[in-house]
Amino acid sequence: MGGAYAMTSPILALEGVSKSFGPIEILHSVDFALRPGEIHALIGENGAGKSTTMKIIAGYLDASGGKVTCDGAPATFTSSREAEARGIVMIHQEFNLAEHLGVDQNIFLGREIKKGWRLDHAAMRQKTQELLDQLNCRIDPSQPVSSLSVPDKQMVEIAKALSRDLRVLIMDEPTAVLTERECEILFQQVERLRDQGVAILYTSHKLSEVKRICDRVSVLRDGAMVKSGPVSEISEDEMATAMVGRELTDLYPAKAIPQDKILLEVENLSVPGKVDHASLHLRRGEVLGIGGLVGSGRTEFAEAIAGLRKRSGQVRLNGQELPADDVRAAMNAGLVYLTEDRKGAGLLLEKGLRENLTLPYLEQFGRPLIDRHSEEAALEKAIADFAIRVPSPDMLVGNLSGGNQQKLLLAKTLLNDPQVIIIDEPTRGIDIGTKQQIYDLIAKLAADGHAIIVISSEMPELIGLASRALVMHAGHVVGEVAGEEVTEQNIVRLAMGLTGHGEDAA
Amino acid sequence: MTMSSAKTTEKPRGAKLDLKVIGPIVALIVLILIGMSLNPNFLSYANITNVLARSAFIGIIAVGMTFVITAGGLDLSVGSMAAFVAGLMILTMNLLTDSMGIGVDVILIGIALSLVAGLIAGLVNGLLITKVGIEAFIVTLGTMGIYRSLITWLADGGTLSLGFEMRELYRPVYYGGIFGVTWPIIAFFVVALLGEIVMRHTAFGRHCAAIGSNEKVARYSAVSVLKVRLATYTLLGLLVGFAVVMYVPRLGSASSSTGLLWELEAIAAVIIGGTLLKGGFGRVWGTVVGVLILSLIGNILNLTDFVSPYLNGAIQGVVIILAVVLQRSRSTDR
Repeated sequence: MGGAYAMTSPILALEGVSKSFGPIEILHSVDFALRPGEIHALIGENGAGKSTTMKIIAGYLDASGGKVTCDGAPATFTSSREAEARGIVMIHQEFNLAEHLGVDQNIFLGREIKKGWRLDHAAMRQKTQELLDQLNCRIDPSQPVSSLSVPDKQMVEIAKALSRDLRVLIMDEPTAVLTERECEILFQQVERLRDQGVAILYTSHKLSEVKRICDRVSVLRDGAMVKSGPVSEISEDEMATAMVGRELTDLYPAKAIPQDKILLEVENLSVPGKVDHASLHLRRGEVLGIGGLVGSGRTEFAEAIAGLRKRSGQVRLNGQELPADDVRAAMNAGLVYLTEDRKGAGLLLEKGLRENLTLPYLEQFGRPLIDRHSEEAALEKAIADFAIRVPSPDMLVGNLSGGNQQKLLLAKTLLNDPQVIIIDEPTRGIDIGTKQQIYDLIAKLAADGHAIIVISSEMPELIGLASRALVMHAGHVVGEVAGEEVTEQNIVRLAMGLTGHGEDAA
Repeated sequence: MTMSSAKTTEKPRGAKLDLKVIGPIVALIVLILIGMSLNPNFLSYANITNVLARSAFIGIIAVGMTFVITAGGLDLSVGSMAAFVAGLMILTMNLLTDSMGIGVDVILIGIALSLVAGLIAGLVNGLLITKVGIEAFIVTLGTMGIYRSLITWLADGGTLSLGFEMRELYRPVYYGGIFGVTWPIIAFFVVALLGEIVMRHTAFGRHCAAIGSNEKVARYSAVSVLKVRLATYTLLGLLVGFAVVMYVPRLGSASSSTGLLWELEAIAAVIIGGTLLKGGFGRVWGTVVGVLILSLIGNILNLTDFVSPYLNGAIQGVVIILAVVLQRSRSTDR
C-alpha cells in the first residue's frame, strides 16, 4: 500500500521545528515529513501539539524555531493562501463553507471563473460536476451547502481542495462526525487521492482507523515526537501507549449489574418526521446503549425524552409522568441529557468555567443574589472530582482542550446528582486517556445506582459500556440486543435495517 | 480552533483585560480634561447638574437597553415609545384636571399610567419577538413608526401641553431634589445601581448573558429563553415609562419631535460602554459611562465656539464608530 512511493523525497518537511506562545514552548524540535503517495497519521492526546503542527504545515502559523522545507527549499508561508497556491490544503474540523451558497459557488469562492467581467456560471458548474464525479459524489452542484449532510459537506471540502492542484491534503479528524459507513466512503476517496500521488496528513482519535488506512504514523506527546514509523510495524496498543505515556490497561471497566427497579419508562414516543413510536425502559444501575446511524433519530429520541423537543407519547420517571417539551421539569425530576454538540449546545465558549458549571442550577446558588463563593466552591469541587486540567480557573471555556471541555460539561450536567443520565456521544473528539476516565465515570455512576443511556456512533464504545443496547433505524427502534449478543455485527446489521423492520418497533 | 485558542491562552492576559475594562473610563476622563481646559465653567455646579439631569432620560432607558442587547436583542422603538407615552400621560392628566381639579392625585395617576403604558408597550414588543417569532429589528422598527405616528396624530401635528397650573405643581419632579442633587440625577443613579446589581449578581443577569452568548446552550441548560427575553423588553418598556415620568415635568409638553433619536443614543451609549452588540456580554456601569461620554461631547461643544454645536452628531458618530472598532480589535481571532 503506497510502498512504491515510500522512499521518495518529501514534499513538505519539518526539521527541528519548535513553537512558542509567549514564554511557553508547546512544540519541541519536531521532525516530520510528508511524502507523495503516502497517508501519514499524526496522533496524540488533546493538547499534545497536533493542531499546532498542522497549522505550521498549512501556513496558518509560523514556526518559532527550526526549518520548514517545501520541495527541499526552505518555505516560509506568510499565509494559508500562499500555502494553498502551492497545493497545500487543510480541511478543518469545522468546515470552511458558506452555508447559503451553492456547492459550485463554494468551490470557486474567491477564485471565480469569469467571462470578461461576468461570472461564468456554466463553466464553474461543469467543473464542479467533474470534480464531484471524480469523487463518486452524487450531489447537485447548484444545491445550497446548508442542505447537505455532514459527509457530503466533507466531500465538497475535498472537491474544493482538488480544484486547486492538490499536492498535500491535511485532514483534521475527518471522521469525528461520520458514522462507520460514511467513514468507509471517505476512506475510499482518501486512498484514491493517495494513489494519485497526493501526500496526506491524517489525524484521528480512532486508532483502528489509523491502522486501517494510514501508511505511516507519528505520535506526539506533550509537544514532542515520541514515535514514528510505518503503520505495519506499530500495533494499536503501542500507539496508545506512546500517546498516553503509560500502559493502558483494559479501556472499558467492568459492567455494572442492573438492579430490578425500573426507573424510566418511555412509551410510544414520537417526534414528527424524526422518531416514530419508540419505547424503552431503563433500570437502576443499568447502562443502556442506543446505536444507529447518524440521522436515525437517536439524538431526537433522547432530546424528546429530556424535554428538549415537542413530542407525543409518555415518559415516566419513577412512575411520575414528565411533561413534554419542558427541560426544567425533567431536570428537576432528576433526568438530564448531555448533548453531542458540545460547542453548539453544551457550553458557552466565551464564558468562564464558573458561569458554565452553574448555569442550569443558578437558583441553588442564592436568590436573589448569586453567592459567588458557593459557586467557586462548586467549581473547585468539579475540577477536583472530574480531574479537569485548567491552567487558570478564570480562563474561557473555548480555550480548554476538547477533553477538558467534555469533563466540564459532564460536571455541569451531573451538578445536581440526577438519577437518569442520557449521554450523547460521550467521547466525541477526545483523546484516549480522557476517554478511559469517562468510561470509568459512567461505570461508577451505574454502580452507584444511577441509570444511564449512552448514545454512540463508535461501536466499541457501545459494546464496551452497555449491558443492553437498542438500535435505531429511520426513526424506529428496530431491535434490542442484550448481554452476550451486544456485538458489533448484531448492532450494525440492525442499524443498516437488515433484520427486522418498522413493524417490530412497537 | 484548538490552536488559536492556545494562542489566546498564552498571551499576557492581564494587560489586554485592563484596557478592555478601563477604555471607556479613560475616554471619559480625557473628555473631562478637555472640557476643563476649554472652559473654566465646565466643572461648575450648575453645568455638571445640567449635564447629568439631561443625561438621565437616555441613561435610564440605556440601562434597560443594556439588558436587551446583552440577551442578543435590540429595541429601536424606545424614542417613539417615550414620545407616545408622554403624550398619553399629558392628555390623561389634562382630562383628569377637568374632573378632579389640580392636585397631587392627578399627578400620581399620570405617573402610574406612564409606567403601565411603558410596560405594556415593552410587553407588546417582547411578545411579538418571542411568541410570534419576528426578528427584533423588524418588530421594533415597526412599533417605532407606529408610536411616532400616534403621537403626531394625538397632538394633531402640533404640541400637547400640560395645563399651566398642573405644570407648576409637577415641575419639582425634574427641577427639585435633595442636598442640591436633583431628582432625575438621583433616579438615574438608583436605576443604574440596581441595574448593575441585577446584571452581575442575579440569575436573570446571568441568563441574559447566556442567551446572548449562545441561545441553544442556554435552552439546553434549562434557561427559559423566551421568558427571559420577554422580560428584557418589558423591563425596557417600564424604564421608558419611568424616564417619561422625569421628562414631562421638564417642559410640560410632548410633540412629534419628542424623544427623536433617543433609541440611537441609548444604543450608542450601551455599545460605547463595552456591551457587545451581538450580545453575550453586558455591563451597566459601562453604559452609564457611555451616556456621560455622549452628553459631555454635546456639552463641551456648546460651551466652546471652537467647533460648531451643529457638529455634535458628527462627533458622537465618530466616537460610536471608534468604540465599535476597538471592540472588534479585541475580540478578533477567536
